[in-house]
Amino acid sequence: MRAFPFVIFFLAAGTLPAQHGYTLADIEAGGRLYRMTCSVCHGPDGDFIPGIDFGHGRFRRATDDESIESIIIKGIPNTGMPSNDVTEQQAEQIVAYLRSLPAAGKAMTSGGNAARGKAVFEGKGGCRNCHRVKGVGSRMAPDLTDIGVLRRVAELEQSIVDPDAEILPENRFVKVVTKDGTEVTGRLLNIDTLTLQMMDSQEKLRFFEKANLREYSLVKKSPMPSFKGRLTAEELADLVSYLVSLKGI
Amino acid sequence: MTARIWLFLAVAGSLPAQVSFDRILNANREPQNWLTYSGTTLSQRHSLLTQITPENVKNLELQWVLQSRSLEKYEATSIVADGILYTVQAPNDVMALDAATGRVYWTYSYTPEKDARPCCGRINRGVAILGDTLFMGTIDAHLVAIDARNGKLIWNTQVARAGSGYALTHAPLVIKDKVIVGTAGGEFGIRGFIAAYDAKTGKELWRFHNIPEPGEPGHETWAGDSWKTGGGSVWVTGSYDPDLNLTYWGIGNPGPDWNGDNRKGDNLYTDSVVALDADTGKLKWHFQFSPHDEFDYDSVQIPVLVDMEWQGRTRKVMLWANRNGYFYVLDRSDGRFLLGKPFVKVTWATGLDEAGRPMKAPTAATTADGVLIYPGNQGGTNWYNSSYSPRTGLFYIPSWVEYNTVYFKIPAEYNEGRNFGGGVLRPNVGQRRPTMNRLEENEGYGAVRAVDPKTGQMKWEFKMSDVTDAGVLTTASDVLFTGGREGYFFAIDARNGQLLWKATVGGQVQSGPMTYSVNGRQYVAVAAGNSLFSFALRQ
Repeated sequence: MRAFPFVIFFLAAGTLPAQHGYTLADIEAGGRLYRMTCSVCHGPDGDFIPGIDFGHGRFRRATDDESIESIIIKGIPNTGMPSNDVTEQQAEQIVAYLRSLPAAGKAMTSGGNAARGKAVFEGKGGCRNCHRVKGVGSRMAPDLTDIGVLRRVAELEQSIVDPDAEILPENRFVKVVTKDGTEVTGRLLNIDTLTLQMMDSQEKLRFFEKANLREYSLVKKSPMPSFKGRLTAEELADLVSYLVSLKGI
Repeated sequence: MTARIWLFLAVAGSLPAQVSFDRILNANREPQNWLTYSGTTLSQRHSLLTQITPENVKNLELQWVLQSRSLEKYEATSIVADGILYTVQAPNDVMALDAATGRVYWTYSYTPEKDARPCCGRINRGVAILGDTLFMGTIDAHLVAIDARNGKLIWNTQVARAGSGYALTHAPLVIKDKVIVGTAGGEFGIRGFIAAYDAKTGKELWRFHNIPEPGEPGHETWAGDSWKTGGGSVWVTGSYDPDLNLTYWGIGNPGPDWNGDNRKGDNLYTDSVVALDADTGKLKWHFQFSPHDEFDYDSVQIPVLVDMEWQGRTRKVMLWANRNGYFYVLDRSDGRFLLGKPFVKVTWATGLDEAGRPMKAPTAATTADGVLIYPGNQGGTNWYNSSYSPRTGLFYIPSWVEYNTVYFKIPAEYNEGRNFGGGVLRPNVGQRRPTMNRLEENEGYGAVRAVDPKTGQMKWEFKMSDVTDAGVLTTASDVLFTGGREGYFFAIDARNGQLLWKATVGGQVQSGPMTYSVNGRQYVAVAAGNSLFSFALRQ
C-alpha cells in the first residue's frame, strides 16, 4: 500500500479545542497517572465507556480543559465517575495526555484537498449509493456525517482500500433464511437470545423471531468494495481529507 | 391499648412480627418470607414456594414496578418480612414497600462522604434484618442500623476509611446478635477484613484480617511489605452453618490486581474461602482457589452450603463456581477438596492437583506485551449468585462462555485511595461491546449452565446471546428464574433448561431474583435497569 505524505495538523482537528500548551513531560506524567487512575474503567485507549472515546477526542460532558480537570478531581455525582485524589497539576497532566491521544492519530491528515475529495465522494467514488452525509445518501452503510470525529486518518484509509480488514460490530451485516426459504440480508441492528433486528436493502426496519428462522449468519465480508486501484493516490488522499472534515451537524 | 386489642392485632397479623435470629435460621419454615440476602444462611437461593409451576408460569404478569431515582445499577436483592419488602435505591437509600402493591412506606436516605470511591459504581446489594432493625453497609465504608418500622437511623459505625478506598457494597449477614460485613476496595490497595458488630450498639466485636500481618499464619505468603496493600476485598455476602457455627466468606483479588512482581508468594487469603468461628472470628480453615493471582479472579462468590450424598455417606459440602473458571466441591467442616472441574474454557491452569491446587500453565502470568487468558477478567462467573436445587440435585451457574482477556502488565505504585491495578486489559467480550448486541457465538456468550455437583459434568445449558450479570433463583416447583444483559427476565425449566416464559424488562438484569408470598399469592421480584419489578400469576 502506498503511504500518504502525512503532515501534523495539530490539535485544531480535535473535537474540543485545546487551551493549554503542554510539554512532553506533562504528557508522559499524565499517561502514567491515566494508567494508574483512569484506565481500569476507561480502557487503555479511553473507549470502554459508551459515548466516550478519548483516543478520538470524544467526551460526553466536558466542554474545555478546565471542565475535564474538574471532572477528574470531583467526579460526576450519581454516575460511575468517582472523585479522584489528584492535585490540580496532576489533573492537568492527565488532560495533557488525553489531548495527545487524538494528536497522535486522527489529527494527522493525508494532505489531500477536502473540496476535491467531496467531489470524489459524490461522483466517481459513488459513495452515496451506500453512505449518507448530512441527510443525503443511502442509509445502508454507516452514516458518515461525523466520521471525522470518530475515526483516524489511517483507519479511514484502511476502510477504503481494505474494507474487510476491520468491520466494527455496529457495521455488521446479517443474512437470515425464513422457514419458507426467503433470504433477507441487511445491516444488523440488534441480536439477542430470541430475536434479531436489521435494516434490509430497501432500508426497511425488519424484526425476526429466531424461532421462525431456518438459519441466520453474520456476513463475514464487508459489503463495501475495495477502492484499491480504483482511485488514484491523489483522489484517495482527497477523499480521506474530505472524510476527516466531516465533524457532524 | 388493652391486652384484648393487642391480642386481636397479633391474631390478625397486621403488626409485623419481629424477625428473630431463630426465624432467619429456619427461614425455610416460612417460605412466604425472604429473610436474608440469599434466602437462607445456607445460600442455596432455592425457595420452597410452589404456586408458580412450569405449567402455569406462562400466566405471570407484572404486578408493580418501583422506579428508583438513581441511574446506578440496581444490584440489590430485596428481603421480605411479613408483607414488607426492604430494598436499596443506589447508592444507599433504604426503602420499605408494601410487597403486594409496591407502595412505599418510607425511605431512609444516607449521604455518603464525598471521598467515597467505590471502584465499580456507587452500588449496594441489599440489607439485613434482625428484630426490628435493618442493617446496611455504605459506599463510604460505614455500617448503619435503621428502624425497620419508620426508617430512622439507630446507629452509624465507621468500619473503615473511605478516603483509603474502602467501601461496603454487599448485604450484611446477621448471625445471632452480630452483624457481619467485609470491606470492598481491592483495586485501591486496601488491606481487606471481615468484622462483626453488635447488632444493638454497632460496636465492633471481632475482626479477621484477610491479609495476615506479621505474626499471623499466612503472613509468610507475602514478600516484603506487600501485605500492607494486599487487597483481599469482600463484596458479596457470606454463608453460615449453624451446626458447625462457622461462617464462610469469599475473598477478592490481591493488590495490585495484574502485577504480582512485588508480592511474590501465594498471597493468602486472597482468592480464597475462609471458614470463621461465628462467635470469635477465628480462622477454622481456608482454601485458596487461585494462589498468586494476576488475573483478578476474586473468589467473591456466595458459598452454597449443601448436605448431600457423597461417595456413600451424607457429607456437609460447599459448592463453588469460581471466577477462575473451575467448579469446586469442598467439605465445609474442614475445607478438604473433594472435586474440581472447569465449567468454562480455562487456559491459565492445566488442571488441579489432588489437593485442589491449580497447576498453572507456563503462560499464566501477565506480561508487558500482553497475554491472552481464558476466562477473561470478568471470570467464568462473578459475584451474581448461583443456585442449588435439592429437587434436581443440580447446581446452576450464570456463566460467561468462551470469554477471554488480553492482560498487559504495567508498573504499579501505591498511592492511598488511588487505583492500584498494575495492568491494562483488552477484553474480547464483556466490556468493550457495542451498545446493542451484535456479536457472534465464538466471540463469547452468556449462559446458565446446570452442573451435577457429584461429577462436575454439565447437564444442560441455557444459552443467551449476550453475557449475563444476573443471579439465579430456583423453586421447589422446578422453575428457574434469571435474566441477562439483553433486558429479558426468563423462567426456565430447572430440569432440562427449556425456556418456559419471558418478559421484557427494558434494562439489564444485574441482580438475583427472589420470591415471596403475600396472602397466599406468590410473587417473584427482580431488579433490572434502575427499577424493581414484581410478577405474580394472573388472577
